[in-house]
Amino acid sequence: MAPVVPASCLRGPSPWLVALLVLLVSPGHLRLAGAVSTEATKGETPVPALGERLDPEAIARLPQTIFPDGRGLPSGSGTVQQGALLYSRLCVQCHGPDGRGGSAPELAGGRSPLAGDYPDQNIGNWWPYATTLFDFIRRAMPMFAPGSLSDAECYALTAWLLERNGLWPQDMPLDAAGLGALHMPNRDGFDSQWPDRGPAHP
Amino acid sequence: MGRRRFLQAGVGALGLAPLVATGTHAAWTRTPGAPFSNYGQPAASESGVIRWISANADVPGNGVSWTPLQDLVGTLTPAGLHFERHHNGVPRIDPALHTLTLHGRDARATRWTVAKLLRYPLVSRQLFIECGGNSNSGWLQEPPQAAVGWLHGLVSCSEWSGVPLSLLLEEAGVARRHGWLIAEGSDAFGLHMSLPLEKAFDDCFIGLYQNGERLRPENGYPMRLIVPGWEGVLHVKWLTRLEVADVPAMSRNETARYTELLPGGRARQFSFFMEAKSLITRPTLGDALAPGDYVDIAGIAWSGRGRIRRVEVSVDAGRSWQDAELQSPVLPLCFTRFRRPWRWDGRRAVLQSRATDATGYVQPAREALLAARGRWGYFHYNAVVSWAVDEDGFISHVYV
Ligand code: HEC
Repeated sequence: MAPVVPASCLRGPSPWLVALLVLLVSPGHLRLAGAVSTEATKGETPVPALGERLDPEAIARLPQTIFPDGRGLPSGSGTVQQGALLYSRLCVQCHGPDGRGGSAPELAGGRSPLAGDYPDQNIGNWWPYATTLFDFIRRAMPMFAPGSLSDAECYALTAWLLERNGLWPQDMPLDAAGLGALHMPNRDGFDSQWPDRGPAHP
Repeated sequence: MGRRRFLQAGVGALGLAPLVATGTHAAWTRTPGAPFSNYGQPAASESGVIRWISANADVPGNGVSWTPLQDLVGTLTPAGLHFERHHNGVPRIDPALHTLTLHGRDARATRWTVAKLLRYPLVSRQLFIECGGNSNSGWLQEPPQAAVGWLHGLVSCSEWSGVPLSLLLEEAGVARRHGWLIAEGSDAFGLHMSLPLEKAFDDCFIGLYQNGERLRPENGYPMRLIVPGWEGVLHVKWLTRLEVADVPAMSRNETARYTELLPGGRARQFSFFMEAKSLITRPTLGDALAPGDYVDIAGIAWSGRGRIRRVEVSVDAGRSWQDAELQSPVLPLCFTRFRRPWRWDGRRAVLQSRATDATGYVQPAREALLAARGRWGYFHYNAVVSWAVDEDGFISHVYV
């Protein structure tokens, strides 16, 4: 049942409650609460500055964005063989045998050119950066248990998917250096629309 | 139909006066009404007005739900009918534990609790949000047959309120306004997107309220990024981390997705603006007209670049156009209502609407859009939409 306002409230607040409320919202109280942060005012107009500065320890614990040049990639490595095994346990049910697609997108296989009438847009011929693959698997896959894979497992799965797309040799473990240096075939296939040049017609 | 069924059931069950009793003689005038409610709900007879869900069978939280544009009037979308696009479900977030952290490059790493952000000045703006993938069935070779909301309802409009992002960037000491801001959500997909710092300083804000109340969980509770006029995926829901950087992250959803493959094999990336678009929302597929009927051709128009300047309506497949009346106020980056009264003469007609925005940009014909972008761009489809009225008065979706 949804809560209803107790009948006592209809009689109006008690003097004690009023006193407590006045105490809580008085300007002095607000100043006190704000005093822990820096720069409470700037010139004439007060500016809120209620954020908490992080100490170096907390900063070191922040998630690292993985950038396309490999910055932010963790240590560790994985092999194509390990990746194949992981794939058959954790991924095949949605992405299909050999990454050919199922309820989830195709990850390898079709290679019709991007300029053709029926282009494939796969990791091998479409994705501009390999770092994106590692990052995406680590944060989002498998869908039923995102964030559950170790860095080594993510390297292994990335290695296997790259191998299936003809971009990584069977017998070479993949690590941060290898991934950051990998030049994807469609690396230069994208035209940034930023900075903005106004609406394209059409 | 739904309403009639409901009335008959209600009257039958209670064994009260016949249906003809109306006004002050109606059955509901003879018995006390329902008591108060803590949170009001739509009338039971309106239970057919819903979001249409289309999700992945193996991942129920991956998919979309569409705003029923054909059932709504006015410019604001009720929060419960705002379209959804989630990649791995709606997280249940404890607002007491959720924080927003801003760090990276020249930012002094700073963290805010939800309670602290609620004490900042809160600005409000009425803004549309449109998914970059809205209307993508327009690229198909045959026109799919469905009411307007089920084809184009990944767009909604709300009054959003929150903390200007510039305040937080300044508080963290971010001085260089050139570069990128990487925004990350705390859902099971960890969606992260890069946007230009110029935009972040200009008019973005941390959305905390929607239509006057705190955000709904499916719209990012307790906070989401609001990026006025730009594509929906940038409005990162369940926002938890902002990182200042010199380059974009090149995340999966700004490379493999939300980019548009063009004829010839090159692709557009970072096409942030949602260009001008309009839709006739009534009449729509499913309605039936009778010869001689008065028809209020009405709909919505919006542009990610500013105000709507003009909407034209055609009833002859674009051979001639007439100005529609715009309902004021016409706000920038917000739904604008248009209407054009019409009497149907019983002959085949094709209804279209075409928007022009403040930059002078005119919503393109489908042919022109396809000529420029091919068929595989998937995102940013904003061509003129056509609805045929056949001699029987039935309405269908057509390409002309
Ligand atoms: C329960 C189903 C499911 C499982 C299991 C699963 N995925 Fe996925 N995966 C998806 C769905 C659905 C998407 C598309 C997500 C979206 O775009 O919203 C996806 C997307 C991807 C993509 C991006 C594809 C593209 O074209 O952009 C990659 C790469 C990926 N998954 C890898 C994996 C790996 C590796 C595993 C195993 C560790 C895995 N997935 C397990 C459902 C699944």
